[in-house]
Amino acid sequence: MEFLMASLVGILFASALYMMLRRSIVKLVIGLVLLSNAANLLIFTASGLGSGQPPLIPPGADVPVGAVSDPLAQALILTAIVIGFGVLAFAVVLIHRAYEVVGADDMDQMKDTDT
Amino acid sequence: MSHVVALPVLIPLLAGSISLIFWRSHSAQRWIGVIANAALLVASLWLLRETWVHGHLVMHMGNWPAPFGIVLVSDLLAAIMIVLTGITGLATALFSLSSIPREQERFGYYPLLHLLLAGVAGAFLTGDIFNLYVWFEVMLVASFALLILGGERAQMEGAIKYVTLNLLSSALFLTAIGLLYGVAGTLNMADLAVKLAEVPPEQSGLLTVIAMLFMIAFGIKAAAFPLFFWLPASYHTPQVAVSALFAGLLTKVGVYSLFRFFTLIFDQDVAFTHEILLWMAVLTMLSGVLGAAAQYEFRRILSFHSISQIGYMILGLALFTPLALVGGIIYIVHHSIVKASLFQISGLVYRLRGTYELKGLGGLFRSHPWLSILFLIAALSLAGMPPLSGFMAKFIIVRAGLEAGAWVAVFFALLVGLLTLYSMLKIWNEVFWKAGPETQHEVPTRGQSPRLTYYYLPIALFAVMTILLGVAIQPIYEIAERSASQLLDTRGYIEAVLGVQP
Repeated sequence: MEFLMASLVGILFASALYMMLRRSIVKLVIGLVLLSNAANLLIFTASGLGSGQPPLIPPGADVPVGAVSDPLAQALILTAIVIGFGVLAFAVVLIHRAYEVVGADDMDQMKDTDT
Repeated sequence: MSHVVALPVLIPLLAGSISLIFWRSHSAQRWIGVIANAALLVASLWLLRETWVHGHLVMHMGNWPAPFGIVLVSDLLAAIMIVLTGITGLATALFSLSSIPREQERFGYYPLLHLLLAGVAGAFLTGDIFNLYVWFEVMLVASFALLILGGERAQMEGAIKYVTLNLLSSALFLTAIGLLYGVAGTLNMADLAVKLAEVPPEQSGLLTVIAMLFMIAFGIKAAAFPLFFWLPASYHTPQVAVSALFAGLLTKVGVYSLFRFFTLIFDQDVAFTHEILLWMAVLTMLSGVLGAAAQYEFRRILSFHSISQIGYMILGLALFTPLALVGGIIYIVHHSIVKASLFQISGLVYRLRGTYELKGLGGLFRSHPWLSILFLIAALSLAGMPPLSGFMAKFIIVRAGLEAGAWVAVFFALLVGLLTLYSMLKIWNEVFWKAGPETQHEVPTRGQSPRLTYYYLPIALFAVMTILLGVAIQPIYEIAERSASQLLDTRGYIEAVLGVQP
């Protein structure tokens, strides 16, 4: 399972970077989506894949009984997904405005501010 | 538990919310900006004083004990950075009073400004790496919006590069956090410092890989070689008050994170990581200053110099001796003040002459001698002329380099100082000294207030600060020295956060 997930994360990172290197700004945004998904899956994998119990503490006890899944990693991913979603919404608006102002979907025509 | 630690985050957040309530009244928003940033400066000075007295201030969020809950920690480095946030925040609020066009205030310039400052202050104060990521994103979203305010073509083009590379950096940061959590099982910085010291040697290779991921992520934020290409593509496009704030404060967040991570958390393999940082620093200094030499646009020259000066700060960290860290910290203070001031001067010149191109400028020494003198103070300070702050900062770093035997780095630090002087004299000759062009540019007013008082006020205050920092450096040096000893001896930090002897 770890091997499968690791391969998936690797493929996602590779395709994200490939998309970001394309000239089209729409593909650039697709690359950003893949990138944040790859990072989230990586947290999920790195924090340990196991089929534990839900991390609930039974009444009267101070700690959960037996092996439980780590809830913190999922909290991190949830936060990262929300942040990623917000930033992505901004990026989509940005490329829309950039397309309106520049009149092209091509990074090669956006080199005026480079040196 | 000391509640003063949370004030630098709460004041801008509150001020931003109040500005949103006064959405239609722009004059109310303007003065809320000034008052809130003055309050932020007062709170930051109070925080610095408290931190100086107590060593470390820790606040447990929601009263959860340390490795489980999120903590806000103020050590002297964080307190110094918060004071810088207050200074640049107040200067930007004053400068915005007359420099921001009225039509852009409608788009929420002031609430975004406060949000940005809240994000920056949170990033400086947090003691939890995932929380640091969240503050980074708060800061980034605010900076994206400030960057494209106005919606001109150059801003869109610059913003696409800025957004892409900063999101790439965030993704790498998040990846590194995930891997580090997998290795150590904690996110608290102090707890990480303890846990990573106990990592078995067969995993030390993995730790170095994670350290490199963090270095790349923060290197992008700090605009270090070879990761800086977003900076010269975007920093010259927004409103000049925003450029000044970004150059004075925002890139410092990356530098601060490098200082924090590569003293507290990743000090296992100093010979390897800090050697890379050293070469990164040297190449950053050199590539920035050479880029500036080729430019003939006021703000592009200043942007490239931002990159080259970042190199000096990283050099202070890379040498990793007490004196070098003192130099690095003083350099951060010096550069924040001087670079924000230079950007604001470029904005004033644009207001007077209507262009940033050096070819179209000239004759300002004859018409505005005081402005020329203010520029000269900031420019000579940037180049490192005595008795200004840049001289002291460079002197300490070069001295530390000589003591550590880093001859190549010292040679390039001095050479880059010389080339900086060349660039600054180029601006001086072209903008102030040579005779003005025969055809004047049309000066666009765009509904800005006609008075120039609020242009001059922050620039003059910055000039006073850089002179004071040069001639009376002793108090700042003492603070920086204690801060450096806190950074090198992490036991105090760990004990303050976790409440146990490491």
